[in-house]
Amino acid sequence: MAPKQRTPKVSRNPDLIRGIGKYSRSKMYHKRGLWAIKAKNGGAFPCHEKKPAADVPAVKPPKFYPADDVKKPLINKHKPKPTKLRASITPGTVLIILAGRFKGKRVVFLKQLSSGLLLVTGPFKINGVPLRRVNQSYVIGTSTKVDISGVNVEKFDDKYFAKEGEKKKKKGEGEFFEADKEEKNVLPQEKKDDQKTVDTPLFKAIEGVTDLKTYLAARFSLKHGMKPHELVF
Amino acid sequence: MPFKRYVEIGRVALVNYGEDYGKLVVIVDVIDQNRALVDAPDMVRSQMNFKRLSLTDIKIDIKRVPKKKELLAAMEAADVKKKWESSSWGRKLIVQKRRASLNDFDRFKLMLAKIKRAGLVKSELAKMKKQSA
Repeated sequence: MAPKQRTPKVSRNPDLIRGIGKYSRSKMYHKRGLWAIKAKNGGAFPCHEKKPAADVPAVKPPKFYPADDVKKPLINKHKPKPTKLRASITPGTVLIILAGRFKGKRVVFLKQLSSGLLLVTGPFKINGVPLRRVNQSYVIGTSTKVDISGVNVEKFDDKYFAKEGEKKKKKGEGEFFEADKEEKNVLPQEKKDDQKTVDTPLFKAIEGVTDLKTYLAARFSLKHGMKPHELVF
Repeated sequence: MPFKRYVEIGRVALVNYGEDYGKLVVIVDVIDQNRALVDAPDMVRSQMNFKRLSLTDIKIDIKRVPKKKELLAAMEAADVKKKWESSSWGRKLIVQKRRASLNDFDRFKLMLAKIKRAGLVKSELAKMKKQSA
């Protein structure tokens, strides 16, 4: 059903000054026609029937009163907003990572995940950066774009990057050292295959542009005379 | 060393301070010892202190305070733009602007080109040294 067209509520009592209306209470009563509504309803203002009071179960006095008064924290219904993606960062943008083990690396942006982090890939063969999540704050967005239309990034989300559940350690004295040796993290073949499927269409796009491959393989650094606030990225 | 560039009506100057920084303007009238009335095709005619102006070698032929149309016509006739862009000062400014607007990728490509050029020069030099040795 189409919503009713309601005219916005206009006050019948114009303001003389903010806070003071032109008409008194009795005049407004007359203006609003409340007398006519009452007359129509036989002398009383029409109202809904009172609902029968719901049965409130009897509250028993508590068995235990705490010794000290404990303050209840105030209710906070604040929900954090989804992280806003900077306008300069669009799928296919080359980003410069500023912190972490890959600092200075130039990397291709794929998509923003639901947690707000950016999904990024080297590509791995070019600069050693795998499919990885990166925070927007630690990244410079350059104006260089790579054609990313051939890449399917639907299957990647934050759960893909979650750590595996911790194995329960046995509590044997002699077994402690053995256990450490066994727990080498081997990257599952599945993830290696995912890396390949994402990177192969990217290679085609990258090799199409001259020098882009060497550009992505090189690290960014500030040289003498470079002023970051004056640089155009 | 006598002065070569004079403040006169029709002198083209470069604004070196303020909102209109970098613009080429024409001195259209002199107001007093310190200020000039100045005009350019893309700005409203206004007064400027001489300290904000750097005089160039270019001068155009106009009467005192010409109408905007006449000013434009005179600038076209003298071909101020071409003269400026072919002068060494003008060329330097254009190069500075281009360098400042380089992208990160552009700077990378520039670095590769410089290295390549240096390599060629060095190999030629080595050849010449070998010949003379």
